[in-house]
Amino acid sequence: MATIPKNIIRFVLLVLIQTLVLDNIRLHQMITPYIYFLFILWLPFRINRTLLMILAACLGFAIDSFRHHPGFHMAACVLIAYLRPFIINLLISQEDGEANYDEPSVKSMGGLLPYSIYAGILSLLHNAWLFLLEAWQFGDAWYFISKTVLSTLVTLALILLAELVVNRKQKFRTNTA
Amino acid sequence: MRNIFLFISRHFNLLFCLLLQGFAIYLIVHYSKYHEAVFGETANQVTGQVNKQFNNFSRYFKLKRINDSLANANEMLYNKLRQDFEIPDSIPNAVIDTLRIDSLTKYRKFTYRTVKVVANSVAQPNNFIILSSGTGKGLRVGMGIITPGNAVIGIITSVSNDYAVVMSLLHKDTRLSGKLKRTGETGTISWNGQTPNILNMSNVPKSAKVVVGDTVITSGFSTSFPAGLLIGRVEEIFSEKSTNNFLIKLRSFADFNNLNYGYAIDNAQQISVDRLLDSLKKSH
Repeated sequence: MATIPKNIIRFVLLVLIQTLVLDNIRLHQMITPYIYFLFILWLPFRINRTLLMILAACLGFAIDSFRHHPGFHMAACVLIAYLRPFIINLLISQEDGEANYDEPSVKSMGGLLPYSIYAGILSLLHNAWLFLLEAWQFGDAWYFISKTVLSTLVTLALILLAELVVNRKQKFRTNTA
Repeated sequence: MRNIFLFISRHFNLLFCLLLQGFAIYLIVHYSKYHEAVFGETANQVTGQVNKQFNNFSRYFKLKRINDSLANANEMLYNKLRQDFEIPDSIPNAVIDTLRIDSLTKYRKFTYRTVKVVANSVAQPNNFIILSSGTGKGLRVGMGIITPGNAVIGIITSVSNDYAVVMSLLHKDTRLSGKLKRTGETGTISWNGQTPNILNMSNVPKSAKVVVGDTVITSGFSTSFPAGLLIGRVEEIFSEKSTNNFLIKLRSFADFNNLNYGYAIDNAQQISVDRLLDSLKKSH
């Protein structure tokens, strides 16, 4: 499928899954499962960095609209969109993944471990920044730290599960094609 | 000058990120009544529509519980019927929801309107409840919302034509005046942002003889709720060392995990009270 319609569908589906399903799951007061920012994680390698941040801001704003207080998810999404290229550069060499595949995935990043680190770091940053902004109003350090760590573990598990469930066909691109 | 442009073009992404972060934090900090009126109405219409569609589908799984709660509410109402009581003399009984101005006419003060909950959260630091009726069905900002079991759940903060957003009791800005039913002392109800269904009651003087299990009801001092609606049951009592007050933990009567239907309370005198308060603010 073409890149743009595919990503529009992903955007809508992830926002709906997050707000209608995951927000209604109450595992524990410390755990808020998040998956909507998988949209940012799955955007193509070659996307313009400015566009990436604008898309992330839109995604965050969409989630905030359902929560009736804009800003929180927008800030968290923009942060991970800004840092995504740095983390991709750290984890894979230019020749390996980016040149040959379209999007970050287990296959294109060369194994489960680099992909988990990529998803783990970004979800940790997302949750930390989000809960920090939220905790500002309550100001309880231990609550903030334990909530960040526990939520990140659940989020990471959800992301890896999504990777198993969703069959993303990754074409190997060659120069000859 | 050239260096500035060079700096901007080299660090454009970082600056753009900082700009967006600044904008987001500005929204968080400055989100006020004014923004809510501008942004809230459109967002309510869109997100309300989505929530309503989903609720149409998920409501079927809750029908049994909804039936039970409605049956309970009916039972409570039957027990309040006039024929359940013997009237001691020929003077008609006073009804709670009316306000007498002279002894012959009765003025209705509170009107109850059924509302349907289409979305609700308990896990956020600030929780909101979305109702599928708005100004079209007579809802206004500031109206109180209760469950069929007469327990307080929140106050409407913004309304569009078809939807209303309710600030749940589980919100950091919630302040509600509560009263100990047995002894009569009033206090302020708020939420600590952590456990759903556990509320804090502060400003209760240490002279109050509170015991665990006491019921806390609305005091009737706010224009949103009549007196005597259920809020919570005392679960733990702490005495604040620095003040002369107790801090009381309450377990709320409303089960915030399970809200389906509710009643909005329309106070016919709210507007005139608000106008008085406004004129007081202006004269100072």
